Amino acid sequence: MQLGGESYMSSTEATKKRDFVLTIEGLTVSFDGFKAVDDLNLYIDKNEIRVVIGPNGAGKTTVLDLICGKTKATSGSIKFKEKELTKLSEYQIVREGVGRKFQNPSIYENLTVFENLEVSYPKGRSVFGALAFKRSAEVISRVKDIAKEIMLVDFLNTEAGLLSHGQKQWLEIGMLLIQDPELLMLDEPVAGMSARERELTGDLLKRICANRSVIVIEHDMEFVKAIAHRVTVLHQGKILKEGSMEAVQKDPKVIEVYLGH
Amino acid sequence: MNAVMGKWLGGREGFLGLIILAVLIMVIMPLAFDIFRLNLIGKYLTYAFVAVGLVMCWGYGGILSLGQGMFFGLGGYCMAMFLKLEASDPISTKIQSTPGIPDFMDWNQITELPWFWVPFHSLTLTIIAVILVPGVFAYIIGAAMFKRRVSGVYFSIITQAVASILTILIVGQQGYTGGINGMTDLRTLLGWDIRSDSAKYILYYANAVLLFGCILFARAIIASKLGKLMLAMRDREDRVRFSGYDVSSFQIFIFCISAMISAIGGAMFTLQVGFMSPSFVGIVPSIEMVIFAAVGGRMSLIGAVYGTLLVNFGKSYFSESFPTLWLVFMGALFIGVVMGFPNGLAGIYVSYIKPRFFGDKRGVPTMPVTSEEAVAVETKSINSTESLGHHNASV
Repeated sequence: MQLGGESYMSSTEATKKRDFVLTIEGLTVSFDGFKAVDDLNLYIDKNEIRVVIGPNGAGKTTVLDLICGKTKATSGSIKFKEKELTKLSEYQIVREGVGRKFQNPSIYENLTVFENLEVSYPKGRSVFGALAFKRSAEVISRVKDIAKEIMLVDFLNTEAGLLSHGQKQWLEIGMLLIQDPELLMLDEPVAGMSARERELTGDLLKRICANRSVIVIEHDMEFVKAIAHRVTVLHQGKILKEGSMEAVQKDPKVIEVYLGH
Repeated sequence: MNAVMGKWLGGREGFLGLIILAVLIMVIMPLAFDIFRLNLIGKYLTYAFVAVGLVMCWGYGGILSLGQGMFFGLGGYCMAMFLKLEASDPISTKIQSTPGIPDFMDWNQITELPWFWVPFHSLTLTIIAVILVPGVFAYIIGAAMFKRRVSGVYFSIITQAVASILTILIVGQQGYTGGINGMTDLRTLLGWDIRSDSAKYILYYANAVLLFGCILFARAIIASKLGKLMLAMRDREDRVRFSGYDVSSFQIFIFCISAMISAIGGAMFTLQVGFMSPSFVGIVPSIEMVIFAAVGGRMSLIGAVYGTLLVNFGKSYFSESFPTLWLVFMGALFIGVVMGFPNGLAGIYVSYIKPRFFGDKRGVPTMPVTSEEAVAVETKSINSTESLGHHNASV
């Protein structure tokens, strides 16, 4: 964290020695010749909250899609600890410890909050495992702990479809937390939230990233300022600037393509 | 006991529903109808297996298969092969140029029993085949489709195509399958005459018991975590995938289970009706069975049985009373149900009858038929009603 952005980006020796959770190198994806992500290098530290910002179409969501396997890379590598993720399928990547929250709240509306969390509990993930899965005391206490964390403990028996927008977002975060991922990726977690909900979500994120790395895509600059350790600015599939929030905000190129508007 | 009640019987209400259905099928119907009509009901109830399978894979899994007839047919054919071999002993076939093989083989200049017929000398192997052949077939289709993420309408169309291909294959390979006529003249099961009235009664009850067995089995699956995952997958496939589940393996599993349940129905059909033919394999019967499930309510296992009975009673009644108009009535019934009551009879029960008598409780999870699916089924039902006449005549 002490190292400045430029110095550690340029010093490949230093990057090799450091124990990154996520190492993305030379990552490129092209859709019919259009390079949505272009030769991208990104290194995420242990227990770091990294916020990715950038104008629409900069490739932010595509980067998350690439990490979690939703989109296959044209070339380049994504290493999570020692594992190469580009060769794994989505569910294997999740089992390695990468959790992803989608932009729109993606929860099971017909199930209760409890059931949503239970289904996300990382046991009984095979067909026969799921058939034999029992709602043990351990499962129940874990679900309750998570519900407390995401401020939904009073809603355990509520059908998830009846929750407010902000609560749905929290529920989805809870569904990821119950899997205890080492890397958590959140796509616009406070979009559409009230000021109060934003504040609570910021606190929630600070609490939950104690033992994990988090990548957040966000447009809300106040929110970014509140949570980010480092900020990466993407533009046309490339990194425009990387560093602390202050450094990024002062950068003339960033102001021109993104913040100025 | 409570756990058993909850898991297998669907709680007090589910238990009550099962008891009512059991009394209707096992007591009221045998008392109310003569053996000819009862045998007919037994035949309808074999279709109910397919409808129950469809509730599993369509209602809960969101996988609309328009080719369930193939599994019904495969189960039926496996059973028919055993019965046919038993009916083709060397003494009763001594006038053939090759005695001891089924008559249709002899007519087609086949002089030796094909290798894949040999296991069907054994009843044990036949029973295994009734379950396993459709199961493996469904696994192959499922693996080929779901691993490539083929779903929705595309999957439905492919299942139709496969059902159609299977029919063509059966009809074309007359020497091995009996062709368009199917396997007829089935008489005995291990020497027991299945055409006698007493046998028909016994088979009717055996069929009913098996049907309840399948419903309980399906309920246990729905009550497990896998059942919740099915609902979750139907609505948010990606969320399930990104929660660490291999979605395709679950889809393959549920598709195989529904195929195997359908196959048991097929085998019981052969036993009760005494023949099996390609007219129960192809697109038309497959679509009809989807109609049974839709009318009954595609989220309700018990509803599927009522739906099957109702549509088939309607079919017999209309076809006897209005020989020229009944197809129109059937089509109207289906369109009316899909438009007015997307959750079928079970939906009517949950929204109108239950609140009045039992107070409002959370019942069957509901799900509106997506417009794409409704259109797909309706279009097919028009085709099916056109060709139904032929199909019905052959029965």
